[in-house]
Amino acid sequence: MRKGGKKPRPIPKKKEKLKTSRTHVLKRLWSYLFNYKWMLITATILMVTSNALSLIGPYLSGLAIDSIQPGTGNVLFQRVFFFVGLMAVFFVLSSILEYLMQLLMIKLTQRTIRRLRRDVFNKMAELPVGFFDQHQTGDIISRITYDIDTINQSLQNDFIQIVTSAITIVGSLTMMLLISPILTLVFCVTLPISVFLTKFMVTRFRPLFKKRSVKLGELNGYVEEMISGQQTIKAYNQEENMIMRFDEKNEEAVSAYYEADYYGSMIGPSINFINNLSLSLVSVAGALLYLFNALTLGGVSSFVLYSRRFSGPINELANIISELQSAFAAAERVFLLMDEPSEAKDILDAHVYDEAEGHVQMNHVDFGYTPEKMTIHDLNFEAPSGNVIAVVGPTGAGKTTLVNLLMRFYDPSAGSIELDAVDTRQATRESLRTSYAMVLQDTWLFSGTIFDNLAYGKENVTAEEVEEAAKTAQIHDYIMSLPNGYQTVIDQEGLNISQGQKQLLTIARAMILDANLLILDEATSNVDTQTEMKIQEAMQELMNGKTSFVIAHRLSTIRNADTILVVRDGRIVEQGNHDNLLEKEGLYFDLYHSQFESAV
Amino acid sequence: MKLFIEYLKPLLGRLTSGLTIKFLGTIMDLFLPLILAFIIDVVIPTGDINRVLLWGGAMILCSIVAVVLSIKANQMASGVARDAVERIRHDLYEKITYLSASQADQYGTPSLISRLTSDTYNLHRTIGLMQRIGVRAPVLLIGGILMTVTLDPVLTLVMMGVLPFATVTVYYISKKGVPLFDKLQQEVDKLVRTVRENITGARVIKALSKTEYEKARFEGVNQGVVDAETSANKTMAATTPLMNLFLNLGLTLVLLTSAYRVNEGLTQPGVIIAFMTYFTIILNAMLSITRIFVLFSKGLASADRVHTILQTEPELEVQPLDEIKDSAHIRFDHVSFGYEKNNTVEDIDFALNKGETLGIIGATGSGKTTIVKLLLRLYDVDSGSIRIDGRNITSMDLEELHTKFGVTFQRDFLYADTLSENIDFGRQLPEEDILQSTEAAQAEEFIESLDEGVDHRLTANGTNLSGGQKQRVLLSRALAGDPEILVLDDSSSALDYKTDANLRKALNKNYQETTTIMIAQRISSIQQADQIIMLDKGRIIGKGTHEALMKSCEPYRDIYYNQSGGEEIA
Repeated sequence: MRKGGKKPRPIPKKKEKLKTSRTHVLKRLWSYLFNYKWMLITATILMVTSNALSLIGPYLSGLAIDSIQPGTGNVLFQRVFFFVGLMAVFFVLSSILEYLMQLLMIKLTQRTIRRLRRDVFNKMAELPVGFFDQHQTGDIISRITYDIDTINQSLQNDFIQIVTSAITIVGSLTMMLLISPILTLVFCVTLPISVFLTKFMVTRFRPLFKKRSVKLGELNGYVEEMISGQQTIKAYNQEENMIMRFDEKNEEAVSAYYEADYYGSMIGPSINFINNLSLSLVSVAGALLYLFNALTLGGVSSFVLYSRRFSGPINELANIISELQSAFAAAERVFLLMDEPSEAKDILDAHVYDEAEGHVQMNHVDFGYTPEKMTIHDLNFEAPSGNVIAVVGPTGAGKTTLVNLLMRFYDPSAGSIELDAVDTRQATRESLRTSYAMVLQDTWLFSGTIFDNLAYGKENVTAEEVEEAAKTAQIHDYIMSLPNGYQTVIDQEGLNISQGQKQLLTIARAMILDANLLILDEATSNVDTQTEMKIQEAMQELMNGKTSFVIAHRLSTIRNADTILVVRDGRIVEQGNHDNLLEKEGLYFDLYHSQFESAV
Repeated sequence: MKLFIEYLKPLLGRLTSGLTIKFLGTIMDLFLPLILAFIIDVVIPTGDINRVLLWGGAMILCSIVAVVLSIKANQMASGVARDAVERIRHDLYEKITYLSASQADQYGTPSLISRLTSDTYNLHRTIGLMQRIGVRAPVLLIGGILMTVTLDPVLTLVMMGVLPFATVTVYYISKKGVPLFDKLQQEVDKLVRTVRENITGARVIKALSKTEYEKARFEGVNQGVVDAETSANKTMAATTPLMNLFLNLGLTLVLLTSAYRVNEGLTQPGVIIAFMTYFTIILNAMLSITRIFVLFSKGLASADRVHTILQTEPELEVQPLDEIKDSAHIRFDHVSFGYEKNNTVEDIDFALNKGETLGIIGATGSGKTTIVKLLLRLYDVDSGSIRIDGRNITSMDLEELHTKFGVTFQRDFLYADTLSENIDFGRQLPEEDILQSTEAAQAEEFIESLDEGVDHRLTANGTNLSGGQKQRVLLSRALAGDPEILVLDDSSSALDYKTDANLRKALNKNYQETTTIMIAQRISSIQQADQIIMLDKGRIIGKGTHEALMKSCEPYRDIYYNQSGGEEIA
């Protein structure tokens, strides 16, 4: 299946070449089909049989016609009925077989596509979060939907076409060889030209098909971004401007499609032309052969008839070349996504945190999202288990980055992070992450019932547990005010849940978890202070006995912290508890007092 | 169907000339076998090599003409498809842009996105392919039938007898198919939604180790698409074999009939043989037409989905002028409103003079943001009215209305472009305005620390900025146009206190003429507002200045004490 997966990773340059090389893409596509080789073989057999059966038809009709003797009253009705009846039987059989073959092909295609889609999605699920920070959502979606569908179309239609055409071509060629090898030679003179021309065009136009996929991905990325920002666009009267920008992207996308089509559609007629050319050559050569008594007139006639049978399938084949090319370009993009490096695998015999104590330590941690620009410099601190650590500092100081590192969304470039005296890189990601309950500023709810959203983090949660958490998070009353209570479906847009309510829902979700560590990153930033007050006690209880990392601007939360880390430009500039830090009269002192500045 | 007609009509000239060229090319293609027959039947027996070569040359000529015309026609077809789809997509995007918020809610973002992307793509494919393969088949069909008529009209009639059956079958099947393809597109919507959720929720999913669960969930959605597509394709799969069957049975009927006719001396066996040749052509042509039908069914489902949106009537019509004399700049006159499913505001009533600041505070879900959305006319009020300078906002052109505003929403959006583009947001403001706004929005410092300054490129959704930085950029955007009305919805929640305080100072100093509505969680943010309203469950429970509310409104007082840490500050 995924061949690249298990092998040691080649050096980047070579990989780049490998990934896009045509044979490589073909091989990978083939490996998907190969999973269903028996279906494939059966389908092919059905195809051949049904084609053969439908060929018997004309033969039988010939026999029937022979029985229709010219002249009044000379027709042998018995024989005619017999052959005609036989014909009908064969036609029915052939149609049934064809239908079965189609069903089989649908099954085969759908299974292959399902597998392909699943593999891409599974891959996506294993990508590091950094990937999603850097790529447009729409473009990724475009690969799973449009690109895979292009492959789907091609498998569904083109495969049958190729096999049927191949059968006809082979059959006709055999007949032609039997009749006149010399003429066949003449006929095949043009073959190298065909091959060369096709190859030339296909290679030449390949970038166009690639561009077409890429541009469509870009358009989708743009659409995704802009549709999500509709309200703002309206509020700023930017509809027209955004339409103009859309038009640009749209123009690029349709033009790329056009370009690919423009050149791609030359292939079909060109091949057809060459075929016609050889037909002309054969006619002339056949005539000459006849004139030099090398062939009978009947021979020429049937040879020409067979060679004409060529043009049909060749025309068909030529027409699907551009389909194949788009499928190919699409496959390339899909495989590129599959080849993105996953989050590194856990090391062998990695430590599994069962019930983490919650002792966290950062030692000389350096980190940057890009190697050129470090966000965190030489960070050191220790959080004994059960402590509350508040992180404060000006915006862009690296507070959220700290969360990213604690959760191992990213690994530090130098230094180490330890939990319970085990380097977190020596432990499984899953056990590390489930040791934490996390509430982020950016709330995330999925389309599903409110109950499912709340119970998301833990399996086998009882309704009571969920309700209890919702009550503590002060969101129960709201939920009950909805038409279907906990069974109300959140479909992202339809329900007008305020940001604050979303945050309360995510807090309730975190309360249900059994984690021993807690991360609150601006968890209540959109919740009014009144409600916050009410959940304060519950939050305290939630933090009780847990090592908690709190990023907040509300001093009430920060003041009770065991340790306050004051971060600026990726460094801890001050460290201590509230009283100590105030005495220092440093950055914390400044921050603390600015709250009341306007009131004074 | 209407969609196709509507959008292909303006391209009719090019469409028909393209199809005509294709037609000519096809005819040329069909000449070849005729010449061929002529060479074999007439020329060869004469033994004249020159004539053989001559006709051979004619064949090559025909081939050349055919190839040139075909390519030309294909390219014209691509051009027509391009232009039609470009317009469809443009109109669709435009329409979606101007849908009212409640209309957009109704369809849902993922569905709108997939209509714009996957459905328009289907249309592109359909329009292109239809033109390319849609000519040859009918030409062959009609040509074939004409030839058989000249041979023996009665036999032709017998053969044609099966055509109505075939046509009805294909029609019936494709009629059944269209809703199935529609169902398929709905499943694709779900697929898009799931993938989207997994991208936006990557952090949470990983944090909760729900990766396996999500994989399983996707598996279900994936299966849904597969099932829908299988059932649609299975239905359509019957067409080709059935068509084959009908025509072939027609052939057997022809044979039987001809047996009787020959027996009665009405026709010759030779005619039947010739008849058979043309029959093959007709059969193949019919099969091609069937394929076109299948393709078209899928395109039709997409066309309907696109058309539904294009047909949506604009909701927020501009009402006839409704103006009263009013000294207030903004007035909410007993406004009530409810969303379709939940959350309402009731009897919101306040007036705000030019240059004044209104602070809104209240519990989560109490309707603070809704007030702003109503003021911007993203939704229409159910009762009461909202007036700006005495004019009901329903009687204002939306553009005119929105020009007055500078707005930041909660979780507002940033897109992949430079900082200055994100701030300017297409308004083509002078650069000094942008720089000035960044200063007031407290964004100057961090922008200067970037190597490229305001030319720094953001990633999609501004993921390369911290929460506080994003808010500053959004604030800059709101301030940059020097708006008549400034709306800040909880836009300092990610700012630290110091920055928040500086921001307020800058607003007081530089934007005195601007009427401001500020939603906040912290009283300190709105303490100095000329008017503060406190909301609870969609109703105003306190209105007045900070001092007045401290006296009259207990919940307000509670919040204040809580926030200031229990100690009163004079």
